[in-house]
Amino acid sequence: MAQAVASLEQQADKTALITGSEAIAVACKLADVDVITAYPIRPYDTVMQYVAKLVANGELDCEYIVAESEHSQFEIVKHASAVGARVFCGSSGVGWMYAFEALTVTPGLRIPMVAMVGNRALDDPGAFGVEHNDALAVRDLGWQLVWVDNPQEALDTALIAYRVAEDRRVFLPCAISCDGAFLTHSQALVKIPSQEKVDAFLPPYNRGDLLLHPDNPITVAPQVNEDWLMEIRRQTAAAMERAYTVIREAYAEFEQIFGRRYGNPFFEEYQTEDAEIVLVGMGTLSTPVKVAIREMRKEGKKVGFVRVRWFRPFAAEELAKTLGRFSAVGIIDRDFSLGSPYLSGVLATEVRAAMYPAAKRPPMLDFICGLGGREVTLPDVKKMSDIVYHAAEGKPQPLTQWIGLRE
Amino acid sequence: MATFVDIQPTQQLDPIKGVKKMPLEEFFTSGHRTCQGCESALVMKLMAKAAGPRTVVLGSTGCMYVANTTYYSTSWVVPWMHTQLGSSGSAAMGAASGLKALMRKGKIKDEPINVIAFCGDGGGADMGLSAISAALTHPDYNLLILMYDNESYANTDIQLSGSTPYGAHTTFSPPGKMKRIMHHRWKKNMAGMLAAGHPTCKYIATVCMSYPLQAMNSVRKALSIGGPTFIHSLDPCPKGWDYDPMQSHEMGELAVTTGVWPLYEVEEGVIRLYGKTKEIAEGRYKRFPVRDYLLRQGRFAHFTDDDIDYFQSKVDQMWDKWLVPGVIPFLKEVETDHPPK
Ligand SMILES: Cc1ncc(C[n+]2csc(CCOP(=O)(O)OP(=O)(O)O)c2C)c(N)n1
Ligand code: SF4
Ligand SMILES: [Mg+2]
Repeated sequence: MAQAVASLEQQADKTALITGSEAIAVACKLADVDVITAYPIRPYDTVMQYVAKLVANGELDCEYIVAESEHSQFEIVKHASAVGARVFCGSSGVGWMYAFEALTVTPGLRIPMVAMVGNRALDDPGAFGVEHNDALAVRDLGWQLVWVDNPQEALDTALIAYRVAEDRRVFLPCAISCDGAFLTHSQALVKIPSQEKVDAFLPPYNRGDLLLHPDNPITVAPQVNEDWLMEIRRQTAAAMERAYTVIREAYAEFEQIFGRRYGNPFFEEYQTEDAEIVLVGMGTLSTPVKVAIREMRKEGKKVGFVRVRWFRPFAAEELAKTLGRFSAVGIIDRDFSLGSPYLSGVLATEVRAAMYPAAKRPPMLDFICGLGGREVTLPDVKKMSDIVYHAAEGKPQPLTQWIGLRE
Repeated sequence: MATFVDIQPTQQLDPIKGVKKMPLEEFFTSGHRTCQGCESALVMKLMAKAAGPRTVVLGSTGCMYVANTTYYSTSWVVPWMHTQLGSSGSAAMGAASGLKALMRKGKIKDEPINVIAFCGDGGGADMGLSAISAALTHPDYNLLILMYDNESYANTDIQLSGSTPYGAHTTFSPPGKMKRIMHHRWKKNMAGMLAAGHPTCKYIATVCMSYPLQAMNSVRKALSIGGPTFIHSLDPCPKGWDYDPMQSHEMGELAVTTGVWPLYEVEEGVIRLYGKTKEIAEGRYKRFPVRDYLLRQGRFAHFTDDDIDYFQSKVDQMWDKWLVPGVIPFLKEVETDHPPK
């Protein structure tokens, strides 16, 4: 085995200039997905345009179904997965919300669906640009949620998502969040691995004793009421707990086979070793944040960045330990949670909850920023860093501030 | 001529020649908790019997979910899965496409497996209409959607649906001091609408379990013919219609003999009325007055003679004026008034 893996590692990857959406379509092909359903909504739908091309050209052998609504889109793949098919689906903004009922029932059925969310602001009023509220809406339901920030990571994470979701210890759906436009439509050079590597990494989907088939005549999702609902909910919760381990294993083996290293799967740390303060965020705002950090460091400001990848399961203890190292923390929310504690965003609320039991709790500020696809600019990042520095120096700051807002 | 339709063979289920020739095996058995005299439960039982063991059944929320699949006492012998209220069309598509992909790609044994999704009238004709319609336009999947129509949202305590008959008393349409008739919409013409609107769908039929042999053979034809198919069953419901449970069978017969519920099948575009409906259309059987049907049911107890006359006039129109009696509600006069030159 070790030898086989070593020889795989030497296989040259192909390199292609592709968008985040196309990278995920390529992952679908490499994962030999069986059933894919599409419905148009920007910006995620580019992935389905690429999928359609792959199918039309005979490069991907799957049932490719254009559904008549997102609700049907997700219900179709849910049932296809129940009979043992590997499935892919996705949506954006209000499309994702239109599918909400289907999204709700999928984890409880232990369906390892992989979906792409092209993060988009929710109507009304209309906006195509990125906000994270669409994907975050399912955060309590048993979906695994992961944010990526470049096309290579999108491709790799899609393969990892199948491996984790379809692990019998987990059997929970996974949504890969890609910021609208900044990732769905932005190209980068991507290493496309060989089929052999993917096959070595990703075993076939085996639904086992949960398979819906005449050879295994089970009744799925009977009426349980108060007699059993709690026990079944607990089983789903336990599966999410096991996902921590399975995610770690998957990244470790990914590194072995593909030779690409992601470090801690749950969050990425950027220039944190000597940082005095850090910013925390998800998705493609990592680009302006990292550029601004490089500039600020030239001015002697030791700012670091923590990019949360896996929002569910949330690596609370680890993150709390990491953030405890700094003298103040600024969380950037590309989302909102109206009326929430301290009128913050979702990420800040979660991070604060994660920090509460920690031994060291630095001041934590929240910034609502970049909503509706508004650019997070270098001056924005510098402004936020300055505010966090003030907090570090013990000057009281508002707990939540909207940044880049026209007053 | 390439059609690009890629369809797998179906099970060839022969018509059952008579009641004595019915298969003995049951695939929907004890364990369910429906009301006494529930015709919908009989639909489930005979549908499963007609389909046989190599079948996957998907069931929308409703009485046939809640009352049939109590944990640890499921009545389903064949594999069964719950599907969301409006998802029968998508459920059938999902299971059929999944099986098809796995068989084509050699991941499971290649064999014809029946896929049946059922839904109630609320789940089907109201909420699920869009998904059912979509499923019927996909020629590549072998599937049957069966809508059991007990003419209300029964499981949630009998509320009116788009399939509830005019004037019926439901918990959302109680007769009151100001308004005797709270529900004044005419029942949706579900099967006719689907047949007219989905010209590539090979089989759409109406059935009533008071005529079990025809209904079972309809299920068999729908599963054998290939592609997506639809069956609409009218199911007397003692709780919702308010009559003595022992009269269920008779109530179904009355629905047909009064002309309220026409029995027909549309097979590859050809319409065929059958049973008593055919005799009515051919003038060999005189329709009973709807009064005989309505006044047997508590849900119409508040009807005045006027209400009954109105109901009768609408049913008469169905038979005397519709382009295809009982099926297509365009008025023939259009043609006779303006004959094509
Ligand atoms: C999305 C959604 N809305 C509402 C309900 C509540 N509900 C459960 S069963 C049911 C009745 C369904 O009526 P019908 O499809 O006619 O089936 P029946 O109960 O009459 O057998 C309703 C409304 C639900 N389960 N899901
Ligand atoms: S309410 Fe009607 S459909 Fe529901 S179980 Fe009772 S008789 Fe059957
Ligand atoms: Mg009903």
